Amino acid sequence: MILGRAFMPDATLGAPRYLSLLSPGGWSLYGLAAIVLFFVFPLLHLTVPADSALHISDYWVTLIGKIMCYAIVALAMDLIWGYTGILSLGHGLFFALGGYAMGMYLMRSIGHDGVYQSDLPDFMVFLDWKKYPWYWSFTEHFGYALALVVLVPGLLAFLFGFFAFRSRIKGVYFSIITQALTYAFMLLFFRNDTGFGGNNGFTDFKRILGFPITAPETRMALFVTTAAALLGFLLLGRWIVMSKLGRVLTAIRDAETRVMFSGYNPLYFKLFIWTLSAVICGIAGALYVPQVGIINPSEMSPANSIEIAIWTAVGGRGTLLGPVLGAAAVNLGKSWFTKAFPEYWLFALGLLFILVTLFLPRGLAGLWHSRKKRP
Amino acid sequence: MNRLVAALARGCLPGIVALLASSAMAAIAPQTIRDLAFGEGDDKIRAIGALSASGDPQALPLLQALLDGEMQTAGEEQVLLVQGDKATDLLTGRTVSPLPANRDDVVVNNRVRRSLGTAIAAAKLFAPDRSARLAAARELQNTADENMLPAITTALAKESDAEIKELLSQTRASIQLASTDRATRIAAIRTLAESSNPSTKTLLLGVLEQKSGSYVEADAEVRSEAGKSLRAVESKLATGEMIGRIFSGASLGSILLLAALGLAITYGLMGVINLAHGELIMVGAYATYVVQNLFRRYAPGAFDAYLICAIPMAFAVAGLVGMALERCVIRFLYGRPLETLLATWGISLILMQTVRTVFGAQNVQVENPSWMSGGFVAMTGIVLPWSRIAIIGFAALVLLLIWLLLTRTRLGLFVRAVTQNRAMASCTGVPTRRVDTLAFGLGAGVAGLAGCALSQIGNVGPDLGQSYIVDSFMVVVLGGVGQLAGTIYAALGLGIVNKLLEAWSGAVLAKIAVLVFIIFFIQKRPQGLFALRGRAMET
Repeated sequence: MILGRAFMPDATLGAPRYLSLLSPGGWSLYGLAAIVLFFVFPLLHLTVPADSALHISDYWVTLIGKIMCYAIVALAMDLIWGYTGILSLGHGLFFALGGYAMGMYLMRSIGHDGVYQSDLPDFMVFLDWKKYPWYWSFTEHFGYALALVVLVPGLLAFLFGFFAFRSRIKGVYFSIITQALTYAFMLLFFRNDTGFGGNNGFTDFKRILGFPITAPETRMALFVTTAAALLGFLLLGRWIVMSKLGRVLTAIRDAETRVMFSGYNPLYFKLFIWTLSAVICGIAGALYVPQVGIINPSEMSPANSIEIAIWTAVGGRGTLLGPVLGAAAVNLGKSWFTKAFPEYWLFALGLLFILVTLFLPRGLAGLWHSRKKRP
Repeated sequence: MNRLVAALARGCLPGIVALLASSAMAAIAPQTIRDLAFGEGDDKIRAIGALSASGDPQALPLLQALLDGEMQTAGEEQVLLVQGDKATDLLTGRTVSPLPANRDDVVVNNRVRRSLGTAIAAAKLFAPDRSARLAAARELQNTADENMLPAITTALAKESDAEIKELLSQTRASIQLASTDRATRIAAIRTLAESSNPSTKTLLLGVLEQKSGSYVEADAEVRSEAGKSLRAVESKLATGEMIGRIFSGASLGSILLLAALGLAITYGLMGVINLAHGELIMVGAYATYVVQNLFRRYAPGAFDAYLICAIPMAFAVAGLVGMALERCVIRFLYGRPLETLLATWGISLILMQTVRTVFGAQNVQVENPSWMSGGFVAMTGIVLPWSRIAIIGFAALVLLLIWLLLTRTRLGLFVRAVTQNRAMASCTGVPTRRVDTLAFGLGAGVAGLAGCALSQIGNVGPDLGQSYIVDSFMVVVLGGVGQLAGTIYAALGLGIVNKLLEAWSGAVLAKIAVLVFIIFFIQKRPQGLFALRGRAMET
């Protein structure tokens, strides 16, 4: 119950403004999550010997790290779909762009350790390129790569959103053209000549900021960073949906015309949340790539982007914790299914799509609320 | 075809040999035969040229025998045609038995063998069968040399078929380009201007070529003629290429149209976003595959007719799947387009995985009926495949049927009524629910027809639908919702634009450019090319 109330947008406003973001119960839950992710996990992974029952294996660290990245994406999707009512089928694109920006830095830091021991990444040697194309300049600097992680998805989303929202494209039309957008980018990145490794994308990373990327300590650092990002974005999301801005966004979702007639211009509100959502996705992608060790154009396939929507739908649109739990539940299910019954995963996922839309329009969080109301 | 003629010639050989051996022998001069058998290389080649130019029906078996090593000599005077343990003296026509001991093979060196090959083709120019002559003329087009000139000239004089005549005169002109006579060269160059063969361009460029500062062709007038002819040939080639491109564009457009027509009904008329549409196409393709296998197993004789049976089958299977979906899932989601989108995506995953489980993840083989193989030769080098032409025709037919169904039948009337005003239609007694199911089934069935058509030109696999879903949505969105006419224009336009761009920028970039174009287009005209004007502001 605490959980449900803690993340409801209509929680009571208290005295110090930042404290009023969450209810006391919400804050204690938040603190608990932080303690588990920041201290318990690293301790159990790094200091407890591998044969102990309490030891957390590499497999789980990678899986949970990956799922936290997905959870950030689901959160971003929730801001734009759950709160503003705009279903994007192109969020996989922003995720992948962030990942590629980080991947460029990681490729540069391989240095001479590639198969061909050249200055250039192996795929460029393979294409017989002699120097980096212009858009690869400065990517050896970590700071610049981080800027790209934010700027590339952000600028693309801003431009696309500006034109789309200005012509008041909405609903299904918007969904379909975002799908076309990510599809076009996928085709572009599949070409070898685009300069991002074609089919294979980027892989075989060696180090990040000088640390070996496969070392347990590095992996744990990435894990903790991802956890911090997730917790941070949860608070940011909470702050946005509690603010007046958030109220306008929800109003746009429910009756855009009335918002317009009340003197607001929905364009800028939509544009803001759309761009922010894309940037958050980009950051999630950048955290994802070093942990998983590969990024390729299939991340941009329309199917991936639709899957993001189902994480959010399963968890519950219009709540913040819901999508996080939805992403975790679906992906844990996926990794269990693909090991236990590989051929049935798509059946399960397909059924999930149908059943959730038919019977659980408000997702798992909705289930929680209705249970709370009944007694 | 060439091989067929050769086989025929070889098969008939014993019979013709018997003829040769008797009275008709006299037609070929003994001196020619002697030259063939005993002469030096040049004598032989001259004799071969004379034989092929004679137009004599007996020349062909004789040349073939020489090529096959069946012509042998015995002593200084006997020229034998040896077949197994029988031999015929070619000069006297008498059967020689037993075989003389002092036989020698007639020497055929590479040069002679080459000219023999061409001569045999030239000899076939006099065959009574038109297709044999055409095949021979095609073969000569690329292999003929000046030795064949007399043969070609004779054949040209006798020939009555326009197509063969044109081929021959082109070939003759390309040989005459090397002539020492200036007037002949000019005439040849003028004849070549009529050609639409890419190799003619190379020939004419050769005339205009410069080597170490001076022209290969010294005569300025010949060069200017060659320049003129070159421009004529180039413009013909460009036209040909354009025809090819527009045809492949129209073909792609008709495929897009077929894929999008079903969507134009379910999305355009009913407003249902059906992301499983691609999978309904796939279901149609697999239905075709099953029908094909049934025919192969139970009625191999009627295999060519399987498509006739597969078309209604694909329609029915996909239509039934569609109606089942509408009854079980989509019905509950009317008015919630985004949820429909997600649910139908789930359906598409399930359909894909079902097909994978039943038929395997690999692509399956769907064979064209034999009447679909080959193509219509529009110009030299441009072949329009029958399968593509059939699909263009099929798309037009489907379009016509849908139009008739929507405008001339009771069901069509009901569908339009429900589309325009559901509540009012319901009040006047239209069974809206059943109309929904039937209309959705119709859209799904048309998707099945698209699958049946696609199975004839591409791979059939579980992922077939995925590659068409984005494209078909683009077509419907571009064409405007609720308009069949818009769908037609959008499909053909996209197909042709895509193919034209492809020639210029490559397939992937063309596709990206088209997608970007659509994205921008929708900014300008969110309602598509053909918008229904209305006063409703928002649903």
